[in-house]
Amino acid sequence: MCLVIPARVKSLEGDIATVEISGVVRKASVHLLEEVALGDYLLIHAGFALGRLDEKEARETLRLLEQMGELEEGSLEPIPTE
Amino acid sequence: MKYLDEFRNGELARNLVREIAVLARDPIRIMEICGGHTHVIFKYGIEKMLPPQIKLIHGPGCPVCVTPLERVNVAIDLAWEKDVIFTTFADMIRVPGTRSSLQREKARGADIRMVYSSLDALELARANPERRVIFFAIGFETTAPTNAMSVLLARSEGLDNYSIFSNHVLVPPAVRAILEAPDVRLDAFIAPGHVSLVTGSRIFQFMAREFGRPVVVSGFEPLDILQSILMILRQRSAGRSAVENQYRRAVSEEGNPKAQAVIDTVLEPCDMRWRGLGVIPGSGLKVRQAFARHDAEQVFDLGEFPALSDPKACECGQILRGVKSPWECRVFGTACTPERPLGACMVSSEGACSAYYQYGRHQIESV
Repeated sequence: MCLVIPARVKSLEGDIATVEISGVVRKASVHLLEEVALGDYLLIHAGFALGRLDEKEARETLRLLEQMGELEEGSLEPIPTE
Repeated sequence: MKYLDEFRNGELARNLVREIAVLARDPIRIMEICGGHTHVIFKYGIEKMLPPQIKLIHGPGCPVCVTPLERVNVAIDLAWEKDVIFTTFADMIRVPGTRSSLQREKARGADIRMVYSSLDALELARANPERRVIFFAIGFETTAPTNAMSVLLARSEGLDNYSIFSNHVLVPPAVRAILEAPDVRLDAFIAPGHVSLVTGSRIFQFMAREFGRPVVVSGFEPLDILQSILMILRQRSAGRSAVENQYRRAVSEEGNPKAQAVIDTVLEPCDMRWRGLGVIPGSGLKVRQAFARHDAEQVFDLGEFPALSDPKACECGQILRGVKSPWECRVFGTACTPERPLGACMVSSEGACSAYYQYGRHQIESV
């Protein structure tokens, strides 16, 4: 329910941003967020931007995780549903 | 950086699991409050990666699941009111009331439409001035500001044919109720990351300060959840209980002040009944009197709705509080399935029972 999708701001017109999510372009409201800028990674929920991702913090989290071992290839895959 | 794949890295996950195994000496019961976390835990099989001392308990954080029967019945009645277009998130459409569901009523001819956002409902109100558009507003602190904003926009545009039926619920009062129950068996909490996006991580401080439980606000990728579990174990090893923030790339201590202000302008706390948990004081949000013309409860003069009890055989209450596991319920997977849910936890894919059912966990546990 509280699903949030990160999407990059491509353009802004008033309180409506055009955002890109993995190549798909759509509109999102920025009524609930201060100081939105082009290039921001917004966190979109039910058509509204509620926050933005902080790249520095994201990299720091990954750096801490990587300290526990060498980064190697191989992603976790979802379990197929029955 | 895509902010997704990086947090699904398999090797990093294995490293985290090794660290977790080192620290997991004594049994610990950790509740993830949010249904979104429950879904990710099942989707990636996270429980199976963990040592047996760590038990994950799936909490009440699915708004679809906890919306009580009488409110689903009211929604169905509203959908049949004269000139009404009744709009809802897709999640709510299958949820059974006492006699029917929105899906069945739609098939019978009620004008019920699924929307992705309250903005879509607002657009229907603009396009259909002769109709009365009602939006079935459900959700936690994450969703409340979006639906409250639609009321502010309706007011500023003079869209008097738009109202919301508010069924919003709040996380802290529900967690408090769970922690105050005499049979509580929970040692620590993974706190909801996207509720915190709005509220800030500070709303969970009472859990650490008053109840002495470690709390970690977590992101929604597999590495986020594993790291949050590790952070909880480190707190326990150090004999600490604090609110820590694993999801720093999105969540701050203060949250989003603009979204908080919009909630506060339009909505106010009220007592609310939760399916499976009963009435929890101050755990709901209703539309303030100043916005009465956009409040479906007042526009359609709904008055008080009497509480309806959940089906007797259903043990969702104990499951939502972490006292029982889904497979311990007598009707799990038999009388109660995702196709024909009896109880709250089977209703949405974020409910604990539905997640167990969908990912086949029940077969493993019953061996």
